[in-house]
Amino acid sequence: MVKAIRKPLEEIVELVGGRARVLVVGCGGCTSVCLAGGQRETLALAAELAECRRQGRAPIETACWTVERQCDAQYLAELEEMTGKCDCVLSMACGAGAQHLAEAYPALPVFPAVNTTFVGIDRDVGLYEERCRTCGDCMLGYTGGICPVARCAKSIFNGPCGGTHADGTCEVGEVPCAWNAIYERLKGQGRLEGILNFRAPMGWIDKGPGAFVQRGYEPRYPTKQGARQ
Amino acid sequence: MRAGSNLEKVLAAGRFAVAVEMGPPKGTDLDFIRRKAEHLRGMADAVNVTDNQTAVVHMSSIAAAAVLSQMGIEPVVQMVCRDRNRIAMQSDILGASALGIRNILCISGDHPSFGNQKSARKVYDVDSIQLLSLVKRLRDEGKFLGCDDAVRGPVPMFIGAAANPFAMPYELRAQRLAKKIEAGADFVQTQCVFDVAMFRQWMARVRDLGLDARCSIMAGVIPPKSLRMAEYMKQHVPGIIIPDDIVKRLAGVPKEKAGDEGIRIACEIIEQVREIRGVAGVHIMPIEWEHRVPEIVERAGLLPRPSV
Repeated sequence: MVKAIRKPLEEIVELVGGRARVLVVGCGGCTSVCLAGGQRETLALAAELAECRRQGRAPIETACWTVERQCDAQYLAELEEMTGKCDCVLSMACGAGAQHLAEAYPALPVFPAVNTTFVGIDRDVGLYEERCRTCGDCMLGYTGGICPVARCAKSIFNGPCGGTHADGTCEVGEVPCAWNAIYERLKGQGRLEGILNFRAPMGWIDKGPGAFVQRGYEPRYPTKQGARQ
Repeated sequence: MRAGSNLEKVLAAGRFAVAVEMGPPKGTDLDFIRRKAEHLRGMADAVNVTDNQTAVVHMSSIAAAAVLSQMGIEPVVQMVCRDRNRIAMQSDILGASALGIRNILCISGDHPSFGNQKSARKVYDVDSIQLLSLVKRLRDEGKFLGCDDAVRGPVPMFIGAAANPFAMPYELRAQRLAKKIEAGADFVQTQCVFDVAMFRQWMARVRDLGLDARCSIMAGVIPPKSLRMAEYMKQHVPGIIIPDDIVKRLAGVPKEKAGDEGIRIACEIIEQVREIRGVAGVHIMPIEWEHRVPEIVERAGLLPRPSV
């Protein structure tokens, strides 16, 4: 899932500026799961904001609401009435959710309260590790289920580079060298041939905002065909 | 001849080749380049010009290499994958070629986190092996990457790669060199050799795969300037292995004599790697010690450099 981390309070305070009525909108999707922007976090942020403004003698009125998912329009409609009673919105969804909310209420300033970091896994409660860069052309089939784009510091396709430490860690930080791990796993499975052959340059999908139609839904969106496949 | 560079000719003639590395200035001082390069005149068959080494901003490697060319000293322009996408790379290769540069070394480049621009967005649009194939395509097919658009005019480049016999996973390293040769490497410059026994093992594997016949292998040599430098490299530079006896030798002499001992060590390593079958030359990386290169190549018996 998408992983995010709460922005520092000072930055949020600066974004809100002198506005007196703030609506904090949580998201029940990814940011809730990674404990950055669910219901509990909206309440905590509202309390911190209120305390900060109280100390600055500029009291603030906060309201909190957590929708099912900010990336789905049907859940944004329920904010209609609340958005009419606030001066700005703090979105605790990922960057996609925050933009969707901003699109739904274009007259209102919508500020992000979290930094969206990566697509990753839950190693443990509160401990997340990046696994995917959403590059659009999955290589996991030949790299033994270990992504060289997300997990190699240089995102190289014909690794490993010359910087692997003797203990198998990457030269950048205390993480395993992805290519050393790829090698070990493929060797164990007896299918090293996948990385012994030259891998041509990636066809990066980097043409601006992507959109795609899921298979089976083509008739429904005839004008969107081939938007991003 | 693929490019007709001096380095290619020396290697093709079966002479033991010498390349020396130098870094451009952290600024615009051309005299700095000229001063350093003068130390190397007649000492090497080609001079590598580094590309923002250790991810610290320096003058462009192509600009500095062009200055060497003007001086009549043949450059090997180094190009890293860290800072340019495939458009900029191809454009710069054309520019370098047009300026008369005939050798290129294609490498990944040190990660930005090691340098003075830690927040830089890394590029790595293509990796070092893909870069080799890109240069080869420009040269041999006269075509740009991924399309049939023709390149106007020849791109004669003698194509180099790096190889590190001293990094995990060791058993994959010779095979990775094979991949580089397949992609386009005409010559290879290795990570610096301190552990000659380990290098010899790698070379045996390289010969088993027949790679020494398909590509000229130049062994990397760094003269350890001091005990501190050797210890630093041993502890902190990934992919470099320094045996304890080398550290002991540097520790066993007075501090002011450690540099001389380092040069003795470098000369001995050169003599040892020269004896290994399949080693076609050395690549000396003096790390801001260009003025002592004449002493090293002289004492290692590498002078005079052949005229081919």
